[in-house]
Amino acid sequence: MSAELLGQSRGSSHQGDSLFERSILSLAFVPVGLLLLLVALLWYDAWPALARYGVRFFTTNTWDPVFENFGAAAFIYGTVITSLLGLVIATPLAIGAALFLAAYAPEWLQGPVAFTIELLAAIPSIIYGLWGFFVLAPLMRSTVEPFLKETLGAIPILGALFSGPTIGKDLLTAGLILAIMILPTITSISREVIRSVPDNQREGMLGLGATRFEMIRYAVLPYARPGLIGAAILGLARALGETMAVTMVIGNSSTRITPSLFTPGYTLASVIANQFTEADKEIYFSAIVALSLVLLLVSLVLNVMARVLVARTTRGPLGVRN
Amino acid sequence: MSLAKPMVAERLERPVSSRGHSMQIRGLSAYYGAKKAVDGITMDIPANHITALIGPSGCGKSTVIRCLNRMHEVVRGARAEGEVLLDGENIYGPGIDPVQVRRLIGMVFQKPNPFPMMSVYDNVIAGLKLNGRLDKREADAIVERSLRQAALWDEVKDKLQASGAALSGGQQQRLCIARTLAVEPEVILMDEPASALDPISTLKIEDLMQELRERYTIVVVTHNMQQAARVSDFTAFMLAGDDRVGRLVEVGPTDEMFTRPTEKRTEDYITGRFG
Ligand SMILES: Nc1ncnc2c1ncn2[C@@H]1O[C@H](COP(=O)(O)OP(=O)(O)O)[C@@H](O)[C@H]1O
Ligand SMILES: [Mg+2]
Repeated sequence: MSAELLGQSRGSSHQGDSLFERSILSLAFVPVGLLLLLVALLWYDAWPALARYGVRFFTTNTWDPVFENFGAAAFIYGTVITSLLGLVIATPLAIGAALFLAAYAPEWLQGPVAFTIELLAAIPSIIYGLWGFFVLAPLMRSTVEPFLKETLGAIPILGALFSGPTIGKDLLTAGLILAIMILPTITSISREVIRSVPDNQREGMLGLGATRFEMIRYAVLPYARPGLIGAAILGLARALGETMAVTMVIGNSSTRITPSLFTPGYTLASVIANQFTEADKEIYFSAIVALSLVLLLVSLVLNVMARVLVARTTRGPLGVRN
Repeated sequence: MSLAKPMVAERLERPVSSRGHSMQIRGLSAYYGAKKAVDGITMDIPANHITALIGPSGCGKSTVIRCLNRMHEVVRGARAEGEVLLDGENIYGPGIDPVQVRRLIGMVFQKPNPFPMMSVYDNVIAGLKLNGRLDKREADAIVERSLRQAALWDEVKDKLQASGAALSGGQQQRLCIARTLAVEPEVILMDEPASALDPISTLKIEDLMQELRERYTIVVVTHNMQQAARVSDFTAFMLAGDDRVGRLVEVGPTDEMFTRPTEKRTEDYITGRFG
């Protein structure tokens, strides 16, 4: 593609062009500026808490507005556990579904199914939340959790994950609802990534005498791997920031950190949503803003990682060096 | 040879040049969905010779060559009719597994397509790995032998662990040839193997084909007539009619085709009057 088509005009001999260029350029900085402004504002409000508690803010798990002891460890833990749980459950299912759609499903089925999946990704999270609250959580309490406790709970070390009273509104249910919510996102991105694997990679492998399964295993998946990891990370980022649905099923009660997934808990997002109206003291408010800063930075880092990975797959052959 | 159950291991034990493998195409027609792309091709592909398919762009050369190892049907909605025989056995016959066909009839594509996530080494043995574990010594030997046969060994022997995509275009194409040779096919199909390459790389590939002819039966598509004249023993000329369906005009020994073609259309094409 020529330089002009890419928008890098040679010299700026035309007055109008350069003016246009400069205004476009300044527009490009608007989102960057907004992001910096947002971080700066959060930083400003979070500073009193960060300055007062320092590292303890991240390592302790007391959250006591009365005695002004604030430690976010339990919320960070809840966020990480539920998000990872969602990711671990959703990713294999999503990639399986994407592979099925891109490689096995007949043409007539692909369009409608892909469309349905996009639609699922667009459902407002309050709807997932209501469903989780009225359907999933009761089901977890009455059936799924007792079952897990009886089976997996008996296994030595692993069993610790499935011990304690089965309440139904806990980390496990939150992780599950997150898995359901990020499944469509990961599936539809994975499908795009898999479709972007060049046919010559598939045919190259088939030409060596590979079966369809071997072709997917040895040509499609390795080529798509960075993109699939990117899809999973985007799903993770979505899970990290998800508020509504999680708040409705996570229990919002304990700041204990225990191995059991049956512990009711909090995530960063759910604690912010629950408590920001109650923050009557300056330091309480500041601590809550500090939580949102942590959440923002974590999602930012993960999103950037995802984008780099996805770009590496879709931009053509990897490992090209000249 | 048995198409229904050949084992690569078994084939590896067979002395490579024990005998040649010939193919016959009988009334081959190919379709993309409802559209017929190629009609009624009948011709022979003699063992241990190079047969070139020439003709203007869009006349169906790629379609035909892809029918020769059942790669055509990989395209959604594509199918073929007629017979293609390998040593007398119809590769479109009932009970024939296209996967086994492709193990015996290897293919090199127009655009070099090494596997970028694999090293040069792993690219070469990719096809063999499909058949199960190889021990390291055996794999080393096959990698070296295949790369030598593909005239690439000296250039890559110090970077066997580099990505296959880190090589130059010409080297990538020879890597793809090495990868095809590693599974010891009986026939090698090449669809414009040098069209994406510079003149020097092109010459290397052409020289290589001359050497490979000793051991393999080769079919090559090219739209470069000089190339066909230089490298091939037999030439088949194809042309698409007004109905945009490709047909075989004539086939014969290359020197005859280029000096005294029987068909007026062949002469017109060869002398550059169209296409
Ligand atoms: N994947 C495809 N889907 C539909 N039509 C195709 C496809 N590939 C090739 N064709 C058509 O088949 C005809 C022959 O194409 P091709 O075999 O690629 O010709 P050549 O290799 O001689 O240039 C052309 O008319 C082309 O448009
Ligand atoms: Mg072609």
